[in-house]
Amino acid sequence: MYVAVKGGEAAIANAHRLLGDRRRGNRDLPSITLDQLVGQLSLAVDRVMAEASLYAPHLAALAVKQARGDMIEAIFLLRAYRTTLPRFGASLPVETGEMVAERRVSATFKDLPGGQVLGPTFDYTHRLLDPELAGDGEVDAALVSETDGDPLMRVTDILAHEDIIESSRGAAGDTPLPEEPSGDLTREPLEFPMQRDQRLQALARGDEGFLLSLGYSTQRGYGRTHPFVGEIRMGEVEVELDVPELGFAVSLGTIKVTECQMVTQFAGSAKAPPQFTRGYGLVFGQSERKAMSMALVDRALRADEFGEDRLAPAQDEEFVISHSDNVQATGFVEHLKLPHYVDFQAELDLVRRMRGEFEAREAADLETDNASREAAE
Amino acid sequence: MSGPREDDQPLLSVRGLGKRYGDRVGCRDVSFDVWPGEVLAIVGESGSGKTTLLNCISTRLEPTTGAVRYRLRDGQERDLYEMSEAERRLLMRTDWGFVHQNPADGLRMSVSAGANVGERLMAVGQRHYGNIRGTAANWLERVEIAEDRIDDRPRDFSGGMRQRLQIARNLVTGPRLVFMDEPTGGLDVSVQARLLDLVRGLVADLGLAAIVVTHDLAVARLLSHRMIVMKDGAVIEAGLTDRVLDDPQAPYTQLLVSSILQV
Amino acid sequence: MTGQAQDIAGGMAAYNFAYLDEQTKRMIRRAILKGIAIPGYQVPFASREMPMPYGWGTGGVQVTASIIGRDDTLKVIDQGADDTTNAVSIRAFFQKVADVAVTTRTREASVIQTRHRIPEEPLTASQVLVYQVPIPEPLRFLEPRETETRKMHALEEYGLMHVKLYEDIARHGHIATTYAYPVLVDDRYVMDPSPTPKFDNPKMDMCEALQLFGAGREKRIYAIPPYTRVVSLDFEDHPFEVQRFEEPCALCAARDVYLDEVILDDKGGRMFVCSDTDHCEERRAAGHRGHLAAEEAYATTEAAQ
Ligand SMILES: Nc1ncnc2c1ncn2[C@@H]1O[C@H](COP(=O)(O)OP(=O)(O)OP(=O)(O)O)[C@@H](O)[C@H]1O
Ligand SMILES: [Mg+2]
Ligand SMILES: [Zn+2]
Repeated sequence: MYVAVKGGEAAIANAHRLLGDRRRGNRDLPSITLDQLVGQLSLAVDRVMAEASLYAPHLAALAVKQARGDMIEAIFLLRAYRTTLPRFGASLPVETGEMVAERRVSATFKDLPGGQVLGPTFDYTHRLLDPELAGDGEVDAALVSETDGDPLMRVTDILAHEDIIESSRGAAGDTPLPEEPSGDLTREPLEFPMQRDQRLQALARGDEGFLLSLGYSTQRGYGRTHPFVGEIRMGEVEVELDVPELGFAVSLGTIKVTECQMVTQFAGSAKAPPQFTRGYGLVFGQSERKAMSMALVDRALRADEFGEDRLAPAQDEEFVISHSDNVQATGFVEHLKLPHYVDFQAELDLVRRMRGEFEAREAADLETDNASREAAE
Repeated sequence: MSGPREDDQPLLSVRGLGKRYGDRVGCRDVSFDVWPGEVLAIVGESGSGKTTLLNCISTRLEPTTGAVRYRLRDGQERDLYEMSEAERRLLMRTDWGFVHQNPADGLRMSVSAGANVGERLMAVGQRHYGNIRGTAANWLERVEIAEDRIDDRPRDFSGGMRQRLQIARNLVTGPRLVFMDEPTGGLDVSVQARLLDLVRGLVADLGLAAIVVTHDLAVARLLSHRMIVMKDGAVIEAGLTDRVLDDPQAPYTQLLVSSILQV
Repeated sequence: MTGQAQDIAGGMAAYNFAYLDEQTKRMIRRAILKGIAIPGYQVPFASREMPMPYGWGTGGVQVTASIIGRDDTLKVIDQGADDTTNAVSIRAFFQKVADVAVTTRTREASVIQTRHRIPEEPLTASQVLVYQVPIPEPLRFLEPRETETRKMHALEEYGLMHVKLYEDIARHGHIATTYAYPVLVDDRYVMDPSPTPKFDNPKMDMCEALQLFGAGREKRIYAIPPYTRVVSLDFEDHPFEVQRFEEPCALCAARDVYLDEVILDDKGGRMFVCSDTDHCEERRAAGHRGHLAAEEAYATTEAAQ
């Protein structure tokens, strides 16, 4: 007895209602607020903003809440919202040299003007679960020293002064910044080979885990670049928009970013003198792991510029960029659970037919064997 | 048979060809002709520019200076670097062959031997499975690969078999010119001898022109009618193979011949 | 609502007709026009992030959103059926964001979005069929590099495609591709028909309707204009052939249609029914009866009692 499966609509509606119920959980507990998420799960919120390419802490918090803490789902939600937003213009490049830095460390110099500023870091914490945090105990206020407010000099600028690191404008050193504004990965079709601006955009919104693993692979010898952390800095930078009608740039406010400049080796070529090269990472919010991974992968992807062999996965632009986007990846992996029974039917039919042919052949062989045995007898 | 008039004209003419890699010279000011049915050997020590030259004349590498002209089947002579990429690629899969030193570079390693040989036929529009397979079987036989290996992949072949398969794959469309870069390079001596015999036989039977790069003067002696000797990217001597090997003029060639052919 | 929640709700943008903004629709329509002008050629386009996952029809949805108007009647199918969950979800999306009329009747639809099937009913010149495409590149599994495959298309180097078919025959005795079976469009571009069963390939040839293909994740749009030659690749001595079912539909007795196999129990009991649910219903409404249809009627009455 066959009853066609009907009522897909009702099933979907019921499933979503159940989802809503599970998301809310125990009604005796208060619903978590967006302010709590922004304030207390701020690194989760930062990651969602970074990989969704939208700086909006409360919307990101909403996405985290709606996604029940599933980060990729939250990124997806925020991106789907982002697509619908109109574009007013492009800001001026943010000036990370002017950053009000909460953290700034360099691995290449012991001390430097402005000093090493550890900031709010997990580094050097002992990873012991803290039972105090299970409750709502008092937490000491932070000790903040007054700074002179002078911007911290960038480590790469120190090297640039000596001319022993490539200019931030590219390997050739003296290529001017392009006249046209940077491309926009979310508005223009992607084509290989990419320009570096688009490639950096792709990396900035690329999956943290994927880039981390690729960066790691370069350290283990798959496209080695001999990296040093020239500097990592994290803090607030000003975003400014040029308004042609006004004739000057207006400030739109500040955003928190993490920047990593990797200093890597380069022997020099016929055209370029020996000098250090750069890998660059810049991410919304506080995300050192992502910024460092991005910088490693950026440098690995520049292999061609320095005449390095492209042999490792991290050096392969098509491979890296085509697979770094977790929203694309999760969609395509998870689409396998959609019905495929039409195609499966076709395969089923073919396998049955081929089996039939195989068995017929076996049977025929057996018959010839028997026949020849009989003939021999 | 084509008339003698056509054979009077070179198939390929190289004029003033040079290739620089940044400051380094790959090859410079090379000029020579190749006539239909002729085998030309390019010899010289390692790093002398043989591979660079071969790649430049086979359109695999853009030269810095000079011209390469080729006579098409219709008698028309064309500058290779003024042809469109589509025309060049068509030429490469119909009228030319390229035998790599490493067979893995010239074969599809995960596709059967039959398909490896048949690919060019399909690329030029053959659409009859039985005929394609028949032709492939025929070619396998000509290069001494047992017919029952037709559905095996080159992965399962020995080095010598792979090289013979690569040759069959190149010759199946009846090219008029074949480029070979150290075709016996990675093979041991007895396998080399058998392969050279085979190549010599095929080239003679098919009336092919061939340009063979080798650092082995014995290979040049066995296969080629004429040869050019390279040093530091330039041609230092050219002539009939027997003449060059028996009576070398340039001091460097003399050194080369005496050091290698002494046995 | 708390003040903060109100701020967020108020600050969020309202959606345009059919979700996409008009500028984006124009960009997509330009890509579609280019696709129509060069049948079978994959046009890169700046695919947008959609509110459904990549791989779940974002390409088809963007194409539909760009061409649909208020007077259109939309039909959405997945696996040939209107009531599969993803088809239901996409249909509901368009009802919500475009408020268009929807139908399950092939004949009544002006735009049909599909995944994996072409309706059995021949399409007409007043219809557009929009395919959801996961991987638009027919050469992808032979050559993973986009830079290389684009060159192969540009230079019409399709020998490799036949190498694949040759290998099938050499290994299995016949071509072992059953769906996403490559076709040559208008004697020029080799094209992936999306993962429809090859049973549907002949319907694409000289089709009266405009056929549009959208691949969201891979950011490609391509098209087959009406009355275009679409030939399935094959060999002269191993011609293209479609799957034939031995029995007719158990419900409507249709032959020469694509059937789904339905498992009835765990002892090998099964039945075959039309994959195109609308086609099956129409036939039954017209009085056609398969050998299990009577039972169905019986079951319904029984259930009603
Ligand atoms: N891609 C490249 N970049 C820079 N220099 C190159 C490159 N390829 C070759 N060269 C240089 O050009 C010169 C000629 O090299 P080529 O490979 O043509 O020599 P060869 O005669 O084929 O040597 P071998 O017998 O070792 O194969 C050498 O000095 C080599 O270092
Ligand atoms: Mg060489
Ligand atoms: Zn039916």
